Amino acid sequence: MIDTLRLTAEAANDLLTAGEVSSDELFSAYLAAIGERDPELHAYLHVCDDSPGEGIPIAIKDVIGTKGVPTTAGSKILENYVPVFDSTVAARCKARGLRLLGKTNTDEFAMGSSTENSAYGPSRNPWDPARVPGGSGGGSAAAVSGGLAPWALGSDTGGSIKQPAALCGHVGLRPTYGTVSRYGVVAFASSLDQVGPVAKNVRDCAFLYSVIAGRDENDSTTVDVPAVELPTLEDLKGLRIGVPKEMNEAEGIEPGVTAAVRAAIELAESLGAEVGECSLPRSVEYGVACYYLVAPAEASSNLGRYDGARYGLRSDGADFREMLMNTRHDGFGDEPKRRIMIGTYALSSGYYDAYYGKAQRVRTMIRREHADVFEKFDLIVSPTSPTVAFKLGEKAGNPLAMYLNDLLTIPSCMAGLPGMNIPAGLSEGLPVGLQLIGPQFSENTLFRAGHALEQAIGFDIVPERLR
Amino acid sequence: MNWEPVIGLEIHVQLKTRTKMFCRCANSFGGGPNTQTCPVCLAFPGALPVANKRAVEECIKLGLALECEIADRAVFHRKNYFYPDLPKAYQISQYDEPLCSNGKLAVPTADGEIVIGITRAHLEEDAAKNVHVAASGRLHGATATLVDFNRGGTPLVEIVTEPDLHDADTAKRFLQLLRQTVVELDLSDAELEKGSMRFDVNVSVRPAGSNELRTRTELKNMNSFNFAAKGIEREIARQIRIYEEGGTVEQETLHFDPTQEDSPPSRSKEEAQDYRYFPDPDLVPVHPPAELVEKLQREIGELPGARIKRIADTLSFYDADVLVTGGLDKLWSDVVAAGADAKEAANVLSNQFVAAGIAPDAVNAGELAKLVAARSEIPRAAFDEALAKVGDAGFTAAPYLAQKVVADTGELDPIIDKIIEANPGQAEQFRSGKDGLLGFFVGQVMKETGGKADPRVVNERVRAKLGA
Repeated sequence: MIDTLRLTAEAANDLLTAGEVSSDELFSAYLAAIGERDPELHAYLHVCDDSPGEGIPIAIKDVIGTKGVPTTAGSKILENYVPVFDSTVAARCKARGLRLLGKTNTDEFAMGSSTENSAYGPSRNPWDPARVPGGSGGGSAAAVSGGLAPWALGSDTGGSIKQPAALCGHVGLRPTYGTVSRYGVVAFASSLDQVGPVAKNVRDCAFLYSVIAGRDENDSTTVDVPAVELPTLEDLKGLRIGVPKEMNEAEGIEPGVTAAVRAAIELAESLGAEVGECSLPRSVEYGVACYYLVAPAEASSNLGRYDGARYGLRSDGADFREMLMNTRHDGFGDEPKRRIMIGTYALSSGYYDAYYGKAQRVRTMIRREHADVFEKFDLIVSPTSPTVAFKLGEKAGNPLAMYLNDLLTIPSCMAGLPGMNIPAGLSEGLPVGLQLIGPQFSENTLFRAGHALEQAIGFDIVPERLR
Repeated sequence: MNWEPVIGLEIHVQLKTRTKMFCRCANSFGGGPNTQTCPVCLAFPGALPVANKRAVEECIKLGLALECEIADRAVFHRKNYFYPDLPKAYQISQYDEPLCSNGKLAVPTADGEIVIGITRAHLEEDAAKNVHVAASGRLHGATATLVDFNRGGTPLVEIVTEPDLHDADTAKRFLQLLRQTVVELDLSDAELEKGSMRFDVNVSVRPAGSNELRTRTELKNMNSFNFAAKGIEREIARQIRIYEEGGTVEQETLHFDPTQEDSPPSRSKEEAQDYRYFPDPDLVPVHPPAELVEKLQREIGELPGARIKRIADTLSFYDADVLVTGGLDKLWSDVVAAGADAKEAANVLSNQFVAAGIAPDAVNAGELAKLVAARSEIPRAAFDEALAKVGDAGFTAAPYLAQKVVADTGELDPIIDKIIEANPGQAEQFRSGKDGLLGFFVGQVMKETGGKADPRVVNERVRAKLGA
């Protein structure tokens, strides 16, 4: 009997290598779990009956293109779209024998923090199905947390891997910008989008990162990365950990979240880390505002290609212009439309300098502020999300409240820095996430620290109600 | 009032790189519709552009030939607009950080050089080709539009001049010289008919002596140099007429129909577009290494403008211009080096040789030199026949040189007499002053002698006999 709720990818691979289970048996076990629990969780938009490969299964977020397998990006405008080519990350997973279980739910074009913006209905949090799993990568999070996949790929623009990992109680890494190829990944905001691993623990996360990371000649923004070291150490000796006060004392952080994060920081100190206070005042004050200019601006351009001419939805019209307008009217949901409008405005002649131009300058300032902090610290910590998982519908009517959910994840994304969520504990029976952020290319440091803390915290990743 | 035209040009040159600007599709002309496409140039979700290194180098090379400053850092921007031939809904182009800027091209003229400022030369991708399906082939009345994406994403260099041109002829010379430069650098076929060189012309006029820049109109659809010159002249005249009648020129785009010389241009009032330019986050800035720029600079030989000036010291400016912009000057200097007279060789090359449509590269200069030297001594028919074959492999002049022209008056006079006798009416008219009929008589004699008569001798003898 394969316990898909508890089995890590590494353990699954060990079983496979030892010949104790076959690849097909593993795949079937996850399909069975999906059959049992996905009707409630709605983690998947598409489930594969079978997939080639001899290794363990994987789930992939539906913004990541998979050859021959539908890729909708959670949007009606890409309903029935089946890519003719694999994204580089999907191809790299395939090359390692990983078998595609299916495509996971996402807010439309990865725009959202709860999956409530998916055109195909929200996913649900395995800890409490009345609550959201976070977003945009709520589908991958719910799949990994709910035992519907050993691990998954997500994508993160302003927190879409880290925040769902926090809300569902598992590990998620947003890698340094440029370490993982975006080729074949439906673009939201190109200067921010990064694909990353969603996993049950830090070692799995590190391993999956090693599978997908590295220079890709099809993505000019990628670079070679340092060799990935799977973490083994259980102490934090010699590590300098900064605690930015604005990110740990921000208004709106729930007391239960603060308590769990404080406890984790004390644990870090007891493991030998040097902990000190630091400050990122302007990053926190301006990060969200800056993000909501840069990301929509790029999105307004990236989403221009959905015109009904070559693929996806096509609505009728008397001529090209009318067909285009009808298609986009019918195919995009409210959130993409909202961001296309904001972004178009921010790039318009006469407004560019005041909005997009200014936002880029603020972004440079955020980068510098972070760089200064990393002169003194190897990594910084904060809550990942100010709150635990909220109820479906609680914030759906208020875009601004939803945007503020990303207050703590956005600044480091704007700076292009890697960030990882690990579970810190529970508050009111729901997971609290701890965010670890390092300088560029410091993934190995994050893995080391995350692994040691994970061992010390001893969080049980299986949702209580499913144990 | 005297009016001064102000003319600026925007030229697009399609580079002949092996692959497209941002993907690995073949960059070639003539494949079946939509056969040279891929996820990148069809703008499938997630596809990303990667800049063609070769195209960057070629743009820099052209920039160097135009004496531009080469940027240390150049950026690709997105130019956003919706159109069926633009699958991404943005064109990747360059905006405020182009590869090449602040250059110049000196256009030699009979009265010295005219220096035209080059504002910029930058790289961009071409749009796909819309094919409007209707009987007339024009947009108006079309029932459907088909899109062929083969051209979509092919590399273009856009060259923008300062408004330094003040007459149609110089504009035409500039374009010819630029074309020749591009062709010699082996960057593009620059064929107007194939659309691998295209240009738009901005025209305004102002009172002579003033520095103001008045409203300009943009002329499009210029598919030949001569036609561009005509279009510019007509537009200058049109604007002057408007101002002199107290009117105002409106900013608009004008399409002249080359087949309808006298008809007014058709107009398209394009809406003021806001292209929402911003740096393309999918592409990293280009930082051309100094060694690369130096290497490309060394690869550039003596450019056509300089050669026109040099050759004009020997020949007339006109001859030098025709030889160089026609790509004939290398052959000319080889033929002269092989012993032909400079002026004779230039005449033959820029007239009969061009008419024969032979590729200069295919010609054995030594054999052509013999032919040029013997031109007056062999029959015209033999000369023409030889010239038509001068590009054939293994061509030798010897068999043609063996044929001698008939210059003997003893042989020619009876023929001339017979022709005068047979055409008394024409003879009478010639005597009473209709000089143009000389050609008629010479032609008849040439016909009678099978082209072997020496035309100079025939000329003299006809005049003598008709007492003119």
